This record gives sequence, C-alpha cells and structure tokens, in this order.
Amino acid sequence: MSQQLPVAKPRRNVEALLLVLALAVGIGANAMVSLDKSPWMDSDFWTQAILLTVLVFSIHVVLRIRAKYADPVILPIVTALNGLGLAMIHRLDIATGEGAGGKQLTWTALAIVATAAVLWFLRDHRVLRRFTYISLVVSAVLLILPLVPGLGANINGANLWIVVGGMTFQPGEIAKITLAIFFAGYLSSNRDLILLAGKKVGPLQLPRFKDMGPLFAAWLVSIGILVFQRDMGSSFMFFGLFMAMIYVATSRVSWVVLGLVLIAVGGFAAAKIFSHVALRVDGWLNAFTPEVYGRASGGSGQIVQGLFGMANGGLLGTGLGQGRPDLVPYANSDMIIASLGEELGLIGLFAIVLLYLLLVTRGIRAALGTRDAFGKLLGCGLSFALALQCFVVIGGITRLIPLTGLTTPFLAAGGSSLLANWIVVALLLLISDAARRPYSTGPLEADLGPATEAVKLP
Amino acid sequence: MSELTVTLLRFGFLLLLWVLIFSIVSAMRRDLVIGTKARTGTPSARQARKHPELVDSPPPARQQAHRLVVTEGPLAGTTMDLGSSPILLGRAQEATLVLEDDYASGRHARLFPQGSRWFIEDLGSTNGTYLADQQLTRALPVELGAPIRIGKTVIELRP
Repeated sequence: MSQQLPVAKPRRNVEALLLVLALAVGIGANAMVSLDKSPWMDSDFWTQAILLTVLVFSIHVVLRIRAKYADPVILPIVTALNGLGLAMIHRLDIATGEGAGGKQLTWTALAIVATAAVLWFLRDHRVLRRFTYISLVVSAVLLILPLVPGLGANINGANLWIVVGGMTFQPGEIAKITLAIFFAGYLSSNRDLILLAGKKVGPLQLPRFKDMGPLFAAWLVSIGILVFQRDMGSSFMFFGLFMAMIYVATSRVSWVVLGLVLIAVGGFAAAKIFSHVALRVDGWLNAFTPEVYGRASGGSGQIVQGLFGMANGGLLGTGLGQGRPDLVPYANSDMIIASLGEELGLIGLFAIVLLYLLLVTRGIRAALGTRDAFGKLLGCGLSFALALQCFVVIGGITRLIPLTGLTTPFLAAGGSSLLANWIVVALLLLISDAARRPYSTGPLEADLGPATEAVKLP
Repeated sequence: MSELTVTLLRFGFLLLLWVLIFSIVSAMRRDLVIGTKARTGTPSARQARKHPELVDSPPPARQQAHRLVVTEGPLAGTTMDLGSSPILLGRAQEATLVLEDDYASGRHARLFPQGSRWFIEDLGSTNGTYLADQQLTRALPVELGAPIRIGKTVIELRP
C-alpha cells in the first residue's frame, strides 16, 4: 500500500507563505497600535518591521540549508506570537513613556541570531546526548548564580535575576533547557532500570527506592528555588517538567501520583511557612475583598485590574491602542495576556491560546515522529515546558490558579525568556527535521554512543 | 482617523489572526500523515468508502494442481496424480517419476508443494531444468500449464 506512505516533503514553501501571513499579523498589530500617533508610520515602526522580517526570513533560509525537513508551521507560529508581543509592548510604551519596546526588539534580534546559530552549528539534536551530565552541572550553576552575592539581584522579592553590566538576566530560563537535556539523556539511558524494578502495590507499580533518587533531586531543586529564590512559578515548572518527562519515559502512573503527593506536601508546607506564598494564595482566593485588593505587598490589585481590563475588552476587544491596559501594573510582562485580552477581546485571546496549542502539538508531533529515545524525551519535555508555562501564566491571570511570576513565552517583555524560548524552538525544529527526514538518511555522526564503537569486527 | 475606519481595522485584525490560524491548521492537515509507518491490515470501512482504490480486489481463487502430465519426450502421455508429498524427477530408480531420458540426470529436479502452490527446484543436474524457457537457478512456483523442460521431456501441471 504505497499510497499510504507519503514521501516526506520539505514543505519550506508552505513555511514561507505562512511566514508572510504571520509577519502581516505582527507588523499589522504594530501599525494598529500607533494609529493615533501623528507621524503614523515613523522610523521606529519601519525599523521594527524590517528587522523582524529580515531576521525571520534568515531563519527560513538557514532551515532551507540545514534542516530542510523541519516542521513548516513552528516558525510562523512563533513569529506571529513574537510580533504580537512586540506590538503590545510598543503600544504600552506609547501610553507610559517607557522604553521597553526597543529593548525587546534588541533581545528578539539576539534570540533569533542565537536560534540561527543553534540550527547552523548543532545540526543534529542527538549530539546533545553527550552532554547529559555536563548539562546537569550547568543547570545547577545557572540556578545557583542568582544567589551569589554581588551578582544576584532581588527584584520584586524574587532572587531570579543576575546583573551583568547593568543588564538583568534570568538564568533559570536557560536552566529549563539544560535540565530538559539532562532529564532526556538520563531517562533515555536508565529507562529500563526504572521501569522494570520495583514491587506492585494495588494497581500501582512502585519504583524502587534507589531509583527515586532523581525524583527526590528534582523535588529538592524545586523546593530550593521556592525557598531561596522565592519564586513559585519556576519551582512549579521545573518539577512539572521532570514529572512529564518521567511519565513519558516510563508511562507509569505511579510516578505521577508520587510526584503530585510530593508537590502537594511541598506546596502545603510552603503556604504555611513562607509568607509570600500564603499571600499569593490569599490574593487568589479572596481577590475581591477590599483589604486584600489594597494590600501593599502581595495584594490582588494586579490580578483584579487585569480582570477588569479583560472584562472591558469583552468579546471583540477595544481594538489595539484603544483600551487602557497600561493601568495594570507590569502590563507588558507579567500581565501581557490581560493587556492583549483587553484589546483583542476573547476572540483574539482564543486565537493566541490556539497558537500556543498548535505550537505545543507540533512539538509533541515531532517528538512522536523522531526515532531516537533521547529526541522523543527532549521534544516532549520542551513542548510540555512551554505548555506548562502558558497554563501557569494564563491560569494565574484568569484567576484559575494563584498568580505566579512566570513569563508568557514569546509575548512578555523580558530578554532571557525570549532567548530561552527561541532556543527551545531551534531544538524543536531540529527534532522535527530528524522526525520527517526520509529514512535513507543515516545518522549524521558516526560516534553517537558507545554502542557504535563496540561494533568492531576483526 | 474616523470611527468607522478604526472599527473596520479592529475587526480586520481579528479576522487576520484567525486566517493565520486556519492556514496553519490546513497546512498541518496534510502533514499529519507523515511519519506513520505503512499500515498493516486492511483499510477500515470508512477509508475504503472514501478511497476505493485502497481496497485490493480479492485474488482470484487459485486452482489447485491435481495432475502432472508429460507432454513431450519418451514418456509423453504419462499422467500422475499429485498428492501432498514432494516428487523427485530423474533417471534414478528411486525417483517418483523415472524419466527415460538420456539428457536427464539421476536426481534431476524436485517438485514440492508449499502452501497452495507447487514449486520446482533443480537438484544440480548436468543439463539444467527450464521453467517456461528459463533455466532455474532457485526454486520457483509453477503455474498451471507452464512447461517444465528436463532434457527432452516436458512436464505440465494440470488441475
């Protein structure tokens, strides 16, 4: 039945077409926000439009040369999201007189150049498997960096940033990638051990105690972040990433149950012991109580303002540049979803959430299609991290869960998150290229592991 | 800028967003099949209805060979009923069909049933075995009526 086995096509032309549409969304949004400005399309607008177009098409060209079979929809989705984010940040700059838009554009350029570099020099994601334990060390260093005196900076009560030459950077965002590489490498080589050993209790097969080491390590890391860096969002995300990857590796529900128990215990204890966690939970449950709303630290004012803004937007939104999203504190970073919800309405917000959903499904599709266990785990882990990040942010803003300080991928103002997420996209593109490339292409590298070295016949 | 233009632009932008999403989804739709292995088993009823070409027409019921007939050579006219055991052809006395043919070897060829078909295999004969004018190099299935030539003898399978 040869007609059921389609020939893999590069489909780069489809990507080019979708890119044009995505750029139209991003640049069109930027044109809309400055409708009322006196020189309508000023030099800022043109710099941004031309820079974004050139950068994104340079990635397209790199893909044509290096990863011909990469997924054609990932890049347009990310371009549209990044363009929308730039436009909203620019729009808020107009209202508040800040200069975040230029900074965000610089970081976008840096992030896209980094993506092109990863695509050009890495070429095959399987190479990363050699750095399994190195990336564990790197993650540990990155997570500890903000706690180093003199280097770390405390912003809004969280120790997540480092300051280098006046620029702030959030190393935890990069640690997300290196941790995913470590988990993927570790789980793909120790999967069988974790899977087969252990005794059965009821319907659950419990893992052996000594195999739970990594689980406890991940738990300790996330609790450590919660305690020392005072950030609930990253702590939740690192643990969630590990849970997702171990579930994908072993398909054991017992791990998920154990992990949920651990995080419930940790979260409950944290809410009891640490005031900032307790305040967040209080601000979530009793958001509309006047004293909680007006509280100076840990009040619910931000969430409630965001909710009011989205309610003002309604179904169709006020139109870009026509609302007042600038009334919400941190409207261009933490609350950018509320800003977009106000100006694009429920219909526009659904479109954005759908873009994220499509991006995540494409990542998981690439993971399903690729043929090496490491790539599968890495692809699933990175996609899940993106999904979890969206869930935590959007859930927090819509008051489904307590608001925690995670960045909205690609949209929110913040360079480190933008850089990290674009690198995630580069890795997903490489994995999807490996997944869709025709079978006849052999491994790019001859020495991908000890197994190939052992096959030396006399 | 008039109110109307702004409103039109507002709706136009929302429309553009959704146009992007629908184009992405339609680009993906064709993509979803990539990576699926060639499916084993028969296509489902739904697939068969939509793509009638997928359904292989059932192979025509093959007629079983029940007789062996010598059509040419010294033994022309001889017939043999085929059972389920293999048949040795050659000049040797232990052969199932003893060929009185100067050009045949002692143990010349073997006819054996496998599944629903008969196969012919050359046993290293001096002059070779020919199935429909082609010399055998390995065991080949024998169709009904296809001539098997051994020396001057020609054998056919009949229903």
